[in-house]
Amino acid sequence: MIKEKVRIVSNNRLSDGVYELVLDGASKVDCGQFIELTIPGFYLNRPFSVADYENGKLTVLYKILGEGTLAMTGLKEGTYLDMINGLGNGFLVDRAEKPLLVGGGIGIAPLYYLAKELVKRGKTPTIVLGYRTKNEVFYLKEFEKLGVTMVATDDGTLGLKGNVLTVIKASEIDFDYYYACGPMVMLNALKEYSTKGEISLEARMGCGFGACMGCSIMTTSGTKRVCKEGPVFDAGEVI
Amino acid sequence: MFVTDMKVNLLGTTLDNPIIPASGTFGFGYEFASWYDINILGSISCKGTTLEARYGNPLPRIAECPAGLINAIGLQNPGVEKVISEELVKLKEVYKKPVIANVGGHSTDEYVKTVSAFNDVDNVFAVELNISCPNVKGGGMAFGTDYKTASELVKKIKEKATKPIIVKLSPNVTDVTEIALAVQDAGADAVSLINTLVGMRFNLRTGKPIISVGKGGYSGPGVYPVALRMVYEVSKALNIPVIGMGGISKSEDVIEMMTAGATAVMVGSANLINPFACKEIIDRLPYVMEKYRINKLEDIIGRAH
Ligand SMILES: Cc1cc2nc3c(=O)[nH]c(=O)nc-3n(C[C@H](O)[C@H](O)[C@H](O)COP(=O)(O)OP(=O)(O)OC[C@H]3O[C@@H](n4cnc5c(N)ncnc54)[C@H](O)[C@@H]3O)c2cc1C
Ligand SMILES: Cc1cc2nc3c(=O)[nH]c(=O)nc-3n(C[C@H](O)[C@H](O)[C@H](O)COP(=O)(O)O)c2cc1C
Ligand code: FES
Repeated sequence: MIKEKVRIVSNNRLSDGVYELVLDGASKVDCGQFIELTIPGFYLNRPFSVADYENGKLTVLYKILGEGTLAMTGLKEGTYLDMINGLGNGFLVDRAEKPLLVGGGIGIAPLYYLAKELVKRGKTPTIVLGYRTKNEVFYLKEFEKLGVTMVATDDGTLGLKGNVLTVIKASEIDFDYYYACGPMVMLNALKEYSTKGEISLEARMGCGFGACMGCSIMTTSGTKRVCKEGPVFDAGEVI
Repeated sequence: MFVTDMKVNLLGTTLDNPIIPASGTFGFGYEFASWYDINILGSISCKGTTLEARYGNPLPRIAECPAGLINAIGLQNPGVEKVISEELVKLKEVYKKPVIANVGGHSTDEYVKTVSAFNDVDNVFAVELNISCPNVKGGGMAFGTDYKTASELVKKIKEKATKPIIVKLSPNVTDVTEIALAVQDAGADAVSLINTLVGMRFNLRTGKPIISVGKGGYSGPGVYPVALRMVYEVSKALNIPVIGMGGISKSEDVIEMMTAGATAVMVGSANLINPFACKEIIDRLPYVMEKYRINKLEDIIGRAH
């Protein structure tokens, strides 16, 4: 964990309600770890996954959800933000030989950095992305450069109509281990299909670094904090 | 050169400075030790401890507010046995000063047993009795909002406990001094206040409370003026030490809280938005003392009275 000041390099709209924020001056962070941003005017820090990291430049993909993320869209290039970096435990990148990446909605974000790290290690991921609708689609081209990428949309406007599981079942993907992030309903469905993988969870957080017990969940080995022992958990361990 | 002395005496223990992380916002302290040298802290008030292990409330347990947060953790802790044999042992490895244990409960019997479990723990110099937690059903706050129950509980605990008892008071009452006087008469060695104010937030999409159990405890800068007023009133009425807390987030707040009557202060929510909050407050305190020409911090305790 490190507290640092980062400079906004860019803050652009990618698709319906989804933005990309690039920050400069960030320390090295593992894929699957998360950061917290202090949004001027808001008391609690906002947790975000790291969508990409390279040479001090850290990318966050965010979706407008409430007032804080809405205010973020107005943040100007060149502004400095307070950030807490290097939170939680990331993905076990070396676990998979034939990795499958499953992302739903804004949960797709941390999988991009992961996909790049896998490719660096000579492993080609299969990628399944679920969006609500075509107008929400973001980072598809970027993923397509890293591995075979398949898409599902709730309304069928792009790829298969349905969810990520529709795609996984329909295409009989050859994988030995998956990495997933997305809404709880998606993760639960995936867990039922297979527990050979790991999932990245969300929770409303007080601190983000283990001090308040605001984010504790029950696992097969007792209570764990999403922010400290997570956010990535073994799929079979989450109850 | 302007000389500053930040030492205060609390219940016979000399603290290097009056800054103590508040219970529930600093875990058992040791995790903060990898981020800065926590030995600069005056002391530490440990996470609320109960007789048996508690998982706490379902999520969400946190809701943001304009100047603070609502929490309903529900006293998640591994139970007093593990706290003593594991958590406090880990803390002792990295923190060389005596600490404050914090105890919650459901029944008089449970409180007495849990408090007395700390009798022989050498790095604990006092036990803070949380009779003001709004987040556990049928206990906690029920003890702290009625002066008769509060007084009887403190008497029972004092019969068995060997460590000084700090009674943590609830702000969710009409007259906080009435309860403060009652616990003083019952033998309390000090009081600490304020615990959180009962509050709610609602989700505009669903129309339901954000916190899973509905209500929670509000803390942070928003409660600061209320805390100052209560510390002022209680310290004026009592002759035992008062530990002040509620919304403290900078060095100036420490001086103001002591001016109102606090012998020491606890810093809670500020730790959650900035893990270095206590360090920053302590580091800057000498400069703020100099600005206001304060040589000795102990001299300003209750100077507003
Ligand atoms: C580990 C982790 C990684 C995340 N990664 C991303 C990401 O890469 N991109 C992205 O868009 N979102 C991500 N989120 C969710 C993001 O934190 C919330 O969408 C954001 O905090 C909402 O803030 P708001 O002010 O717009 O919403 P409001 O509802 O106005 O926020 C009020 C409070 O609730 C909290 N809150 C509300 N919804 C959530 C939620 N779903 N999860 C956590 N806290 C919430 C806020 O942090 C704030 O404290 C992540 C959450 C976690 C825990
Ligand atoms: C997340 C959280 C957990 C808390 N847990 C406890 C607890 O276990 N025992 C206790 O006596 N007080 C607990 N409190 C109350 C604080 O110790 C403190 O009294 C209150 O938050 C007011 O101070 P602040 O405004 O500086 O946070 C908790 C507060 C928060 C925010
Ligand atoms: S958010 Fe505070 S412990 Fe996880």
